[in-house]
Amino acid sequence: MKKRTAIFRKEHFNAAHRLFVPGWTDEQNFRQFGKCSNPHYHGHNYELVVKVTGIPDPQTGYVINLSTLSSIIQQNVLAKFDHKNLNLDTSEFANLNPTAENIVFVIYEILRKELDPSLELSVRLYETERNFVEYPA
Amino acid sequence: MVFLTRIEHFNAAHKLYNPSWGHQKNEEVFGACANENWHGHNYELFVTIKGDPDPDTGFLMDVKKLSNLIKDLVTEKLDHKNLNIEVSFLKDKMCTTENLAIGIWNELQGSLPEAVRLHSVKLYETPRIFVEYFG
Repeated sequence: MKKRTAIFRKEHFNAAHRLFVPGWTDEQNFRQFGKCSNPHYHGHNYELVVKVTGIPDPQTGYVINLSTLSSIIQQNVLAKFDHKNLNLDTSEFANLNPTAENIVFVIYEILRKELDPSLELSVRLYETERNFVEYPA
Repeated sequence: MVFLTRIEHFNAAHKLYNPSWGHQKNEEVFGACANENWHGHNYELFVTIKGDPDPDTGFLMDVKKLSNLIKDLVTEKLDHKNLNIEVSFLKDKMCTTENLAIGIWNELQGSLPEAVRLHSVKLYETPRIFVEYFG
């Protein structure tokens, strides 16, 4: 069977963050980012959907073992970001504004390195039920 | 008797940390939730009121007015805030979901029309964790 198939794994993490440009005044940041620039931070329950596409292995029938995929996400993404302050506790966002767009790109880059190059990867990140991003697009 | 529920939501940062304990005990009791630099949630709030519909309007309460009341008394104070340091009704309290639900009840209680009673405050901290308070 050589049918390309997508397999998905959902994970979640909770984190605090603040959207701001360090060179701007608090007022400029508030104009651009509104309440999201609160200097005392706010937070979200992030929902992560990782999509891996490939041809199922003829012997196992797997595109990827979901347990393996879950461990990769757990060890490389959730361990870094869950119950953390993205601005203060992570090297990835020390100098990068933790918008949903930037977070999804960072997660994609982390996971891309861990997966076999023959597998296609796409990541969707929900910041709230109503706000979500996807990379690549 | 009719029950009417309005759902609102807010996002906030917090940590579970008892200042009278040391860092180690806080980590033992609260785990990752004790992270010094905060973490955060999307909270979903269900406010349920009860009473009899008004014979003229058919309403228990105009839901727009209920929504505005919740916004003014609760979500404006909590949305995109740090619960530990920016919310007066949580001052000196542990910022658990339990205490937050009780605090929200206390903010709303007393501001409803005379014919309406507050029935419950249900608060989701995550899609999998919620508390209910009935006063």
